[in-house]
Amino acid sequence: MSDSTLPAGVERRAFDGTARLATRGPPVYGEPTDGKWRAWDPTRSKLGGMLELGVETGLTGGETVLYLGAAAGTTVSHVADFAGPTYAVEFAPRPARELVAAAEPRDRLFPLLKDARRPTTYAHVVESNVDVIVQDVATRGQAAVANRNAAFLADGGRLVLAIKARSEDVTADPETVYADVLAELETTYEVLETTPLDRFHADHLGVVATPR
Amino acid sequence: MTDSDEPTEAGPPMVVSTTSDGDEGWFAGLTGDADSERAVERVRTGSAAAPRDWPSIAIDEGVVDSRDAYYDRLHAATTAATQSAVRERERADDQQLVHAVRAMDDCEQLANELAERVAAWAGSRFPSSSPGIAGARALAAEDPTDDLDRRVVSLATRVSELADERDALETTIEQTAPAVAPNLAAMAGATLAARLIALAGGLESLAKKPAGTVQVLGAEDALFAHLAGRAPSPKHGVIYTHEFVRGTRPDDRGSAARALAGKLALAARVDHYSGTYRESLHDDLRERMVTIRARAEESSEDDEPHGGAT
Repeated sequence: MSDSTLPAGVERRAFDGTARLATRGPPVYGEPTDGKWRAWDPTRSKLGGMLELGVETGLTGGETVLYLGAAAGTTVSHVADFAGPTYAVEFAPRPARELVAAAEPRDRLFPLLKDARRPTTYAHVVESNVDVIVQDVATRGQAAVANRNAAFLADGGRLVLAIKARSEDVTADPETVYADVLAELETTYEVLETTPLDRFHADHLGVVATPR
Repeated sequence: MTDSDEPTEAGPPMVVSTTSDGDEGWFAGLTGDADSERAVERVRTGSAAAPRDWPSIAIDEGVVDSRDAYYDRLHAATTAATQSAVRERERADDQQLVHAVRAMDDCEQLANELAERVAAWAGSRFPSSSPGIAGARALAAEDPTDDLDRRVVSLATRVSELADERDALETTIEQTAPAVAPNLAAMAGATLAARLIALAGGLESLAKKPAGTVQVLGAEDALFAHLAGRAPSPKHGVIYTHEFVRGTRPDDRGSAARALAGKLALAARVDHYSGTYRESLHDDLRERMVTIRARAEESSEDDEPHGGAT
């Protein structure tokens, strides 16, 4: 669990005596704060879980990010704290309201009420050659979403994906689901690393990939 | 939902284009800050075949003079656009849906009733007329020859128009229900979702009802007869129209209705309290239905063809 994999702007800091991941920014979801720092809960955030597990996400700090499935902004607010321009796509209106609230004090976080399965509806806003796509969508066809959004990614960029087995098929064995999703991803991406996130999120697989 | 929903998008990944074949960024044609409303509109409704290096293009076109200025304007436009889109989508409220479904049922009932009257009257004047809404529609196209015929044809025209109104209301319900209650509409279908909300008096009251109540909504007569000790308990109310109940063999319909009602109650709660579509809910129900329907196959494989009921 070396801290060398953590992006600049993410640090381990002590909250009530326990070392926890933290970023600097206004609090969003009632997380513990310490001065300007706020704790990043790995059980509420798949990306937080991946960083906690030492996954090489390719996030270094200051990069341009496209975040698919931003929900209420729990994770994307942390990303915007350490990254550069961050585009946050969310489809459901109720959580998007909270996403807007998280984006208001963050001048480089751009909330978009759009469907991640239809990239043409936001390609006129999101710039090309983003450094990292973070994807956490709970729909069937997670690999298709990643493949369709590949056009946003720069050569050598990174896709950081949390595959949710239950979203694809609850009845199937998660391992089978992962294999199917990875096979579909391989048509567009080269998979660099996979890590089970079960310590923080049951039936989720963390994936880091780069476009072919 | 699967990718087959959008066949046009399922093709190979987009290619980053370098030419501007009508593919413009959200800021196209904007000058100065006075155009902020147009910018919001463009963010909300615009599209492009592929992303481009928008910040550089905006600077080249003289819309902004630096990347920082670009991102500042983008932040203002995206937060305002998302805020207004959220507000609009949330205004699609459950009470409108309740009105629409009640109006649809009224139109249908009136149309049927009047169609009967038309059929009774027309039988004595137009020997080839047929009963029902279809008959009334055919009659409305007839050319009346005297005053009485004119009245019959006119009445048939009203029936046909009422039936059209009913169909238009159904289309409206199909468009509104997924915005009001995404999970309930996906699970029950738009019309049944609207009926359940109408019977409960709103999405919030439906969300607060136990599954057992959801199961018998619309079967109040039977329920109160049962409570008065005069009848067996009803197995289902309006959810009977759902394929999971109607398509299950009678012996297992009680189980199917119970399982469906349980998930519908959960769907209503997710819709009211969170508003997000939750796939696992739907998978759970499908899984449960497979189990219940498998019983029919098991018992038919067993000894007698008419195995013990319940």
